[in-house]
Amino acid sequence: MRNIWIIARREYRLYFVTPAAYMVAFMILLVLGLIFYSNIVAALNPQYGMQGAPGVDIIYSPFVLLLLFGVPAITMRLLAEEQRSGTIELLLTAPLRDYELVVGKWLGGFLLMLTLLVITWIYPVVLNKLVDPGIDQGPLVSGYLGLVLLCAAFVAVGVAVSSLFSNQIAAFFATLGIFMGLWLIGLPAQAMGSTGSFGAQLLAYLDFGDHFYNTFYRGVIDLRDIIYYLSLTALALFLGSVSVETRRWR
Amino acid sequence: MNVYLEPAKAIDFAFFSCIVLCGIQSTAASRPPCFLLWVKFSQGATLSMIQVEGLTKDYGARRAIDALTFHAEKGEILGFLGPNGAGKTTTMRILAGYMPPTAGMAKVAGYDVVEQSLDVRRRVGYMPETVPLYPDMTVFEYLKFMADLRHLPDAEDRVDGVLEIVHMEERAGGYIANLSKGMLQRIGLAQALLHQPEVLILDEPTIGLDPAQIREVRTLIQDIGRERTVLLSTHILSEAQQICNRVLIINKGRIIAEDSPQHLQSRLTGAQRVSLKVGNDTNGLEVLLRDIPGVSRVSGMAEGYFEVETAPGQDVRPLIARTLVKADYDLLELRPIGLSLEDIFLELTREEPVPPEMAELEEDEESELLFRNDK
Repeated sequence: MRNIWIIARREYRLYFVTPAAYMVAFMILLVLGLIFYSNIVAALNPQYGMQGAPGVDIIYSPFVLLLLFGVPAITMRLLAEEQRSGTIELLLTAPLRDYELVVGKWLGGFLLMLTLLVITWIYPVVLNKLVDPGIDQGPLVSGYLGLVLLCAAFVAVGVAVSSLFSNQIAAFFATLGIFMGLWLIGLPAQAMGSTGSFGAQLLAYLDFGDHFYNTFYRGVIDLRDIIYYLSLTALALFLGSVSVETRRWR
Repeated sequence: MNVYLEPAKAIDFAFFSCIVLCGIQSTAASRPPCFLLWVKFSQGATLSMIQVEGLTKDYGARRAIDALTFHAEKGEILGFLGPNGAGKTTTMRILAGYMPPTAGMAKVAGYDVVEQSLDVRRRVGYMPETVPLYPDMTVFEYLKFMADLRHLPDAEDRVDGVLEIVHMEERAGGYIANLSKGMLQRIGLAQALLHQPEVLILDEPTIGLDPAQIREVRTLIQDIGRERTVLLSTHILSEAQQICNRVLIINKGRIIAEDSPQHLQSRLTGAQRVSLKVGNDTNGLEVLLRDIPGVSRVSGMAEGYFEVETAPGQDVRPLIARTLVKADYDLLELRPIGLSLEDIFLELTREEPVPPEMAELEEDEESELLFRNDK
């Protein structure tokens, strides 16, 4: 446990030493700010009619899309850079289990994502002031819980992919590809409609977005979705550890 | 709804059982029960600090090291001498717990490098050949990080201590990216010394240092080697002679000679050994051979064979032949011994610059450059 924390702390600090953390925050907050502002303006504009006050979904639905691109950028260096520069040699000869290294790297990236998530709390707070009886608290809580779980799974997949490469650009695109694949894998199932076979249901279950948009997004907390994200996180971290271990044998 | 649940449950179950199984396996493999640890520890007192038997490592079809067998004791500095690509780095990496061997057995401080890798890594200080360090950390941060990973209680004091040893105190707050090659080398040595390891494995420790620093590092290694075990590799013969108690000469993955540095010295300065065979009776031959000017030692072997050692820089073979023929001995054979060894010495003494080991980099140079510009 202690080793995991030592690795995570170093990774987390490093994001702030290299300007990576600030640039990701810049990108996410800029886009969120623009979308937030234009939604408020549109809601106040009588030209568009009365659509009701905007909810918190105007914050986390663009956030999820930014995560699709942002997380691969954050996780690509975690293990790939170690392998490229050879620094992994000193980590693998330190008294450190392989899974501790992988989980530590994941925790470092995950903590950065949590930090970014905490910063975005400013928008619900502002929105709460603007909307008259206050915003709906249900989707706020469930949405953020969903985002935390989503980040955990995203970062875990990113770390696992990063362990396979010593080239960061390769790691970035491979991670992005897996995210996109998991994002769209439910589409065929949707196309088949409700009469789908077992295979279609399986695809629908694997879909990354379905577990977020169908429940957390609408203010529902379903244990099945929590289990889905947690098991995906665990599986990715396990595969990442195996990948680091097999590197030794090559 | 019920139908929908089925695949979900199946997948969750598969995921979790995978993870639980692996958890059990890894803890069982890396943590032997306490009594076993104790037995191993008490054995450790009698065993060599480094014990290697039949160690073999293949990279794909290429055999990097081939059935190496050697040992090193406490208070000994063992030198690994050999040309580039001889298998020195591979052997050291296996001993440091970086990768497992293809075949054979290696024990460090009584612990098996495969079965008890963590125990080995706790007791070994390892300095790789091209010291890889994080450029965006300061020297102090980096060493503190390595000390924390080894769970050292007084981490900051230890860091200050090793910085003093390698004379880098004034650069403690500087970023690693701004250090010169020699300084990186010294930080690499510092991190290997942090936990005062029982066994120190140093891969080419003096490369990239200036002459004054080389002298310092050699003195340091000699100090450490008095109480602990040091295994160091070098491709410079004179270095091995200066600091090592014993030298292993390794070429193409095999140990071709094992000797004390003094003995090496005499072989290097041109002393030659000649083997000769006479057919008929060998009475008085030994005395006759000793009287030949230039011959320093004669030893009789079985079946008419003799080994003659000659003074440096002199080829006495013509003289031996003439003397024997004149004295009516049937000279059947006359040949120099150990010529292949001489060849390797030649290569060792040439002192060419070492090209970095590029064999392990998989991607092409271009993408690397591309990325470095990005930073």
